[in-house]
Formats: sequence, C-alpha cells, structure tokens
Amino acid sequence: MRDALGSVQSVLVLGGASDIALATVRRLIAQRTRTVVLAAREPERLEDTAAELRRLGATTVESVPFEGDDVESHERMLSDVFARHDDIDLVLIAFGVLGEQERGLRDDRAALGVLRTNFVGAASALLASARLLREQGHGAIVLLSSVAAERPRRSNFIYGSSKAGIDSLAQGLADELAPAGLQVMVVRPGMVRTKMTAGMKEVPLTTTADRVAEAIVDGLARRAHTVWVPPALRYVMAVLRHLPRPVFRRLDL
Amino acid sequence: MLGNCAAGPAGPDVRGRDDATSADGRRLLAGWGRTAPSLAQVRRIDRVADAERLLRSPPRRGLIARGLGRAYGDAAQNSGGQVLDMRGLRAAAQPDEQGLISVGAGLSLGELIDHALPRGWFPSVVPGTRHVTIGGAIAADIHGKNHHRDGCFTRYVESLHLLTAAGNRFAVSPGGEPGVFAATAGGMGLTGVIVQATLRLMPVETSWMKAHTARLRDLDQALAEMASGDDDHRYSVAWIDCLARGAALGRSVLIRGDHAAENDLPSSRRAPAPSPLPRARLVAPPWAPSGLLRRSTVAAFNELYFHRSPRVASERLVPLHSFFFPLDAVEGWNRLYGWRGLLQYQFVVPFGAEAGLRRALELLSAHGAPAFLAVLKRFGPGGSPEAAWPNRATPGPGHTALGPDHPTLSFPMGGWTLALDLPATPDLGPVLGQLDELVARSGGRVYLAKDSRLRPELLEAMYPQLAQWQEVCARLDPGGVMRSDLGRRLGLHQDAAARATPNGRR
Repeated sequence: MRDALGSVQSVLVLGGASDIALATVRRLIAQRTRTVVLAAREPERLEDTAAELRRLGATTVESVPFEGDDVESHERMLSDVFARHDDIDLVLIAFGVLGEQERGLRDDRAALGVLRTNFVGAASALLASARLLREQGHGAIVLLSSVAAERPRRSNFIYGSSKAGIDSLAQGLADELAPAGLQVMVVRPGMVRTKMTAGMKEVPLTTTADRVAEAIVDGLARRAHTVWVPPALRYVMAVLRHLPRPVFRRLDL
Repeated sequence: MLGNCAAGPAGPDVRGRDDATSADGRRLLAGWGRTAPSLAQVRRIDRVADAERLLRSPPRRGLIARGLGRAYGDAAQNSGGQVLDMRGLRAAAQPDEQGLISVGAGLSLGELIDHALPRGWFPSVVPGTRHVTIGGAIAADIHGKNHHRDGCFTRYVESLHLLTAAGNRFAVSPGGEPGVFAATAGGMGLTGVIVQATLRLMPVETSWMKAHTARLRDLDQALAEMASGDDDHRYSVAWIDCLARGAALGRSVLIRGDHAAENDLPSSRRAPAPSPLPRARLVAPPWAPSGLLRRSTVAAFNELYFHRSPRVASERLVPLHSFFFPLDAVEGWNRLYGWRGLLQYQFVVPFGAEAGLRRALELLSAHGAPAFLAVLKRFGPGGSPEAAWPNRATPGPGHTALGPDHPTLSFPMGGWTLALDLPATPDLGPVLGQLDELVARSGGRVYLAKDSRLRPELLEAMYPQLAQWQEVCARLDPGGVMRSDLGRRLGLHQDAAARATPNGRR
C-alpha cells in the first residue's frame, strides 16, 4: 500500500534492465519498498541485480520474462503478477528503444520498429496496468517519456514521435484515472547518461540515471503528473516549443 | 470564509466530491486525513442480516466495517474490496438504572449523548470528537481526557456482538472465549464486524463542566503538574506548543475538569435535566489551498492561544460540548489542510521514558513541523490489573482479567502520550521516521487509529502481543476475509519474517 506521504511498498518494473528504472528501485528500497518485480526481455541476466536489491533491503525480488513488442502477451503477464502479489503499488514503464534516425529514414521497417516498441508496446502495457490498478483500487503508474515528446526535432523525430504519442496517451489516462485516486506520472528527462546513449555526443543539461530516479521518487511523494529532469528543461522546452518554425528549423537541433 | 450552517455529521468521508462514485459503482474512500484514498464497493448495512449475507460471500480482497471515517489513516478503507457502511445500525435502548445501555454499532457517540444525557447519563469515555461510532470506538479502543482515572473505552463495554468471517454472530465479553474480546478491543475491525454493544454509562447531573485552566512555562513544569495534580480531576489534558524552543520547550496550557453537579450551577443555569448538545455552527469551505496551515500561521496561532489563556489557574463553568469537542464546532475542519491532507502522529512512551518525550519535542521543534493543537496527556496504567487504578469508575465483571498478556493491539499504556496534527508534506517522512525509532526504543508505540505511514518493521516492537493477536484472528477468520488498507500496509496479517528486512536497515 502507498502511505500518506506517497511511499510505495511494491513496484513492478516493465523494462527491468533499464538504468533509470534500477536507480529508481534502489531509491524506493531505501524508503519503504520491499517487493520488486523486474520484467525484462532476458530475466535470467538480472540475477546479480536481484541479489543486489535484496542486499539493499528488498524481501521479495522476482524476475519475469517480458517482451515489449509482444503486445498479445501483456495482459496475461501483468494479470499473473498482480494475482501473485497482494498489491502492486507502482508500475514503472521503462522499456523503449532509441533507434537510429538515419537508419529509420532509409529503412521504414526500422522506423516502425521504434514506433512499435515505444508507442504501441508501451500503450498496451500502460492500458493493461491502468485496468489492473483500477481493479486493485489504488496505485500509481510512472511512464518514462522524454523531452523529445515536446517538439519534434530534425535529428530524432522518429523517436520523438513515438514518445509524443505515448506521452499524450499517458496524460489523457492521468486525467481519466484521477477521480479514481490513481496517479499517472509522465517523466520527461533530457539526455541521460545510460547504456542507451553510450557513445553519443553530450548536449547541455545532460543528466544521470540517479538524478532521474531522484526526481521520480520526489514526484511520487508530491503526487505530480509531470516531471522534467533536470527541472530547467521545462522552461527550455517551453521556449523551444513556441519558436516559429523557420527559426526552429535553422537551429538544426 | 467560514459560513453558517447547521448540517449534521457527514456520512463516510469521501475525498473531493461527496458523490464521487466511479463508473463501476465503487467509491473513493479516505480517512479523516484524506491522504491515501482508495476505491472500494460500499455496502450499506441496515440490518445485521445484510452484513451476515455479505460475510458469507466475500470478494477476493475481503471486507472491513466503516463508521464515520474519523480514523486519520487507512483503517476503514479496503482498496478493491468491500467496505460496510455501518451507519444504518443506530438503534439505542433505554439505559437501565445501573447505566447499562444496548446500542447498535453504527450509532455515534454524539447520538448516544443526545439520547442519554437528558436522562442523566454520559459515556464513560469520549474522545475529542463526538462523530465516532460505537463500533469504531471499540475497534480503536479510544481514550479520552479521563484515561488517567478511568482507562479506555472498552473497559466500559460489557459485551458486544461480533459477526465473524463465516457470517456467524456471537456474543463476546471480557470473561468469555479466551482472547476474542481482547483482540477485538483495539483490533482495528480485523477480528470481525461489530454490530451491537452493551455499554456502561456514567451518571451526570448537568451538561456543564467545571474547567480549570493553567499556563505552564515548560515541559518540566507540565509533567510535574500533571503527575501531581491529575488525580484530583476526572479529566485532564494539556495543549502543547510544539514550535516553542529552548527554555520554552514544551510550554503548555493545562486544561482540567470535572462534571458540574446541580449545586455547582448558579440558579440561572439550572435545568430539570441535562440538555442535549448543539449542532456544529461553522462549516469549513469545500476546498482550501494546501499550505494555509504552515509554520508561520500556526506559530502565530500558538502564540495567541498560549497568551490568551489565564496566567494563573482559574476555574469556570463551560458547556460540556465545548469542553470535550471544541473542534466539532467547525464541520469538516480537515479540509482546511488542502488537497494534500493532514496526518496525525500520536505516540505514547511509558513512565520513566520522559527523556524520550523531551527528545521527541526537540526533534519536532527543530524540524519546525507546524503542529496546530498538539496534545499532551498522562495515561493511566493501560490494560493493567484493577488494583493499579485509583479512584476509578466501575468497570464491569471480567475486566479484571484483561492483563498485559492478552492478545490486544489496544494503544494506551501507562505513560505520556503526545498527539499532533501535521499537514502531509513530503518533508515529514524523515523526521517522523526518526520519531518512530525513538518511540520504539523508548518502549512506546504509535496509535494505529491515527497511523498512515509507520514503517512496518517497527510494529512488533511497539505491539509485543502482535503474534498472539494474529493467532486469534487466524482462528476467527482462517480465510483472511477481514482486510483493510491499514492491515495490508503494516502487514498486520503477515508473520514477522515477511515484515522484517534481512539486515535490519531502514
């Protein structure tokens, strides 16, 4: 159960190998979280992680197979997790691919693959989680979105469009579920140093997985609906969003 | 911003709109603190048979009884399951010549007072609000300003009717089936559904109180005064300024009183019979910004309150309702805390652990937690044998058997209790966590009816009879039908291994 100050006792991570998700889980365990379910494509590779989380204080750590693209399997897999545990207080949706913009422009299938995982796959997981949490009568969903969802930029608009889609769905769902007492929080980090971005050129305001985790835990306590990491990006993006197209185009972002 | 209104007590408190019903017929329920609402099917109980029927075919996530929703946290919530609205069971018989009265569990103490006071009777124990049902009062084993003399509510429960998980109704009394009464008294509704109780009332002559008010400059003076003078009065409580620091740490206003006899009243005040209580005069607005009650406003209030009370002890006659239930004058005052809601932190530390109490006040005042109306009270000896109770009211037969070895989660113990209302802001977590540790180390405990955030690992240290209590629950409810959000959050039904962490870290 969540407590009066927003702490959660159990968390289900979809995309259990994500650096940001694991940093978040570590912080949650430092508070009240004792049950962790990691759903990942290759759960057998999470054994060391599970052992580490137990050392940190989790009493129940489970790894289960999960394929973001295989939307047919989501409902069943999620129902099983909810049935096995008394409560799942938080579902953290953290799976996704960055894709390669250049390749996507040459090869439609690569571009559609990004959309399939980041939008269709995440949407399926989001909708199924929302249904199960509503049935359970309480809980929260955190969706890892991106600043890229805010305005399409020439350098990564395929990824950006997938995040814009899922970000939009999550915002609508947040409003739909608010009267039922459920929290849906969208997290929009800028560039984060993780294995997903390894080797890429860093931009200003690049942040770390731990900073994102800190913002997520803080947002849960504040019952926030949107979290920007670092917070300054909210204002940067507010300006960028309102730039006239010809100017924005010339910035070549 | 406060408007005149003569509305009666509200039904089960619902966060936000009172008609907040979701598409699937479930309602969002919260406690008085409005902090962690959850969805449940609310089933109104108008006859005992309604509850029996529901208990025979419980939903997967079980059920719990709910009265007026005055527990601050999640005690009367059951996310995804059923919540039984007990307010339909409000029957009340006439009190007999010894003050015994049989009442439905959904009757509120206010309604009981309205019914019994004109006949010269008053509940033996009342808390700080009259909007509490009898079932809730038993389930939380509430206490009042007379705990130092009279003990807690269930000492005046002669017997009660409990519906157990299988839907069977049976009479429970302190001398009856071992453990069942003790586990139900303070059992947070988790032993079964309480539907009816027989209470022992106390005789009163008037609806007036003789109240004595005194200003106390610091904690030492407050503790000394309460230890030496409390036994001269039936009721005693101190309002304490948790923002005062340094030499003024623990400065208080001590309020003590006794029921006024007919002779104590001037002839103009005399009436043929005690009069019933007036309704609430003010209603809090439906919403208020979170942050209205912040450090600056609360500090200003505390300063005023301290200095407007008389410097030297003085006695005056006050109406019964303003002595016992001052906050009931503002209906829905919890809404003044805004959308974030509030939480109440109440703990007790045993006599001898006064250093722990002082340390707790230091932590709170250093943190600057804006506690509006914190209350300090000296408890009598909890569930100890009768011999330890001086000048007590007369509890019924069988109560002598209720010793500390009983399987109870009842809160009071001999010692000092401090209760404070705080706005539920995220920065409270660490300081309350420190207080939990301190309270547990001092041999004390926090009050489950107020709790909304205790770390479950500390439960067993605070409630050493937990395992025995669980045995009684397992006997009465092998299928785990009685469930609440509080029970799930604290792992009340789990064994110690499931609650504990391997290396004992926070």
